[in-house]
Amino acid sequence: MTAEAILSIPTPPRQSLSVTTGRDRARKTKQWLAFMMLRGAILIVAAALVIIVGFLVINGISSISWGFLTEVPRNNMTEGGIWPCIVGTLLLSLGAMAVALPLGVASAIYLHEYALPGRTMRIIRLGVNNLAGVPSVVFGLFGLGLFVTAMNLGVSILAGWLTLGVLCLPVIIGTTEEALRSVPATYREASLALGGTKWQTIWRVVLPSALPGILTGSILGISRAAGETAAIMFTAAVFYTPKMPNSIFSDVMALPYHIYVLATAGTEIEKTRPIQYGTALVLIALVLGMNLFAIILRAWLQRRGSR
Amino acid sequence: MRRSTKEIIIKQAFLATAVTSLAVLALIMIFLFMEGLPTFSFVSVKDFLFGLDWYPTDEANPAYGILPLIVASGAVTALSSLLAIPLGVMTAVYLAEIASPRVRAVVKPVVEMLASLPSVVIGFFGMVIMAPFLQDYFGVAVGLNLSNAALMLAFMSVPTIASVSEDAIYAVPRDLKEASFALGATHLETLARVTLPAALSGIGTAVILGMSRAIGETMVVLMVAGGAAVIPNSLWSPVRPMPASIAAEMAEAPFRGHHYHALFATAMVLFMVTLFFNILADYFSHKHQQSGSASL
Repeated sequence: MTAEAILSIPTPPRQSLSVTTGRDRARKTKQWLAFMMLRGAILIVAAALVIIVGFLVINGISSISWGFLTEVPRNNMTEGGIWPCIVGTLLLSLGAMAVALPLGVASAIYLHEYALPGRTMRIIRLGVNNLAGVPSVVFGLFGLGLFVTAMNLGVSILAGWLTLGVLCLPVIIGTTEEALRSVPATYREASLALGGTKWQTIWRVVLPSALPGILTGSILGISRAAGETAAIMFTAAVFYTPKMPNSIFSDVMALPYHIYVLATAGTEIEKTRPIQYGTALVLIALVLGMNLFAIILRAWLQRRGSR
Repeated sequence: MRRSTKEIIIKQAFLATAVTSLAVLALIMIFLFMEGLPTFSFVSVKDFLFGLDWYPTDEANPAYGILPLIVASGAVTALSSLLAIPLGVMTAVYLAEIASPRVRAVVKPVVEMLASLPSVVIGFFGMVIMAPFLQDYFGVAVGLNLSNAALMLAFMSVPTIASVSEDAIYAVPRDLKEASFALGATHLETLARVTLPAALSGIGTAVILGMSRAIGETMVVLMVAGGAAVIPNSLWSPVRPMPASIAAEMAEAPFRGHHYHALFATAMVLFMVTLFFNILADYFSHKHQQSGSASL
């Protein structure tokens, strides 16, 4: 839905006609009350975000230092930094995108540009929707069963990439389709009228116009993968590894898993609290930063599109 | 190669990729069943689904009944829906009908940011801030419990419910609203008697998707629900929903042992439930699709 459509929602008529009866006043009061309740709901939702992020910032900011970001953990994880976790999370999420992006974009192109409404399309779409609804822990078990065990990749970066890749697939398909939808039909018609084939039209006309939208989608996909815990806990992440990852078959440390283990297991839960807060803060800074970037990019695109 | 041949090949290649997501879904099912079905060689389906005792690591007398886990999942989801459905739908109504473009430009990203918060972070918040808060101010014995988990889950499903409902409310044809205004109805009356009823199937889809998100959410229930595998007797009981049990125990379960298979079987149950929810949502959104005012 575009900005114009939002603006064009009819505003209710002001009740300025003739006599205002008591009943009219009651109706107005009722409406005022109801709309206040809706505003209240919005405030609760906004407050939830502010409170969660606020508490983490307040408690976590004192842990953040150059050393915290760039050093390896020391002294049985109770001191030192989280550098290996940052590297691990970046590696996992970028790699997941490398898996999901080609598959997702191609699927979206088929669904939006080629498929005619009908049984095939309906079934594929049902598959995509259902994939989006699969719980992340089930993705984790699937990764454990297929990639780690059956394909014998072990707990490794590669197994994590593949698991997170299929987890992000629906995100990429959804956002790419949206980007393709926003390319005006006239672009395609102009290209076809010039004698371009379907594929030439997609490759030279549709995709370049949809590219920024696809980029937005992939940023959202990366941020989704970066925050994911349950899908990597059996497939890629380990609590502690002394070496930095040196091949795609290494296991890695990752920010979300680090938070989870430090906060729930071990004997030093209270002592490592500052590290937990600091790690959580780094993770949300990473994820929300990417999301904010995607939101701004999308707003800019919409402005450009409506000019 | 002739141009048209090339085009056909390209089209088929795209079709093949599009089928990947179906293939992945099928593979997920195959692997869950492959590792989960052996469970029923040592425990009957009835004892598994309705058994009251979950003692998978008991050496002398292990028990694999997941009823407490199923009840926990259901209770947590139901309680969180009580909060998330009104909040989500109200947010959607506000965004779609009432907010000025400027307010909308702020509120919508807020909802999206809430959706993007990693679940482990929300779980962490529930553990270190909400749990002590509940203990101090509500005198609850255990801060990590059903209600705390439901509250955290609610904030995760509100964005899903809000964004899907919002689309549904937008899709209501404009002339319906105009007709209502023309009859002298106020904005609220139009909303309550025309817009919302017309968008009801879409809102239903949104609610189902939101609940499906809550039932499958793992990290929050793993960290916040408390972890006791018993049927809850109050809103403040610690519980152990299915995803929490799987995530917590899989690392310790001996490879392809009874416990391992039982956890995969639990995942099977969880997968079937979310699959059912998603197919239901899909059915709703197609069955009652609003195509112009004619189908009202």
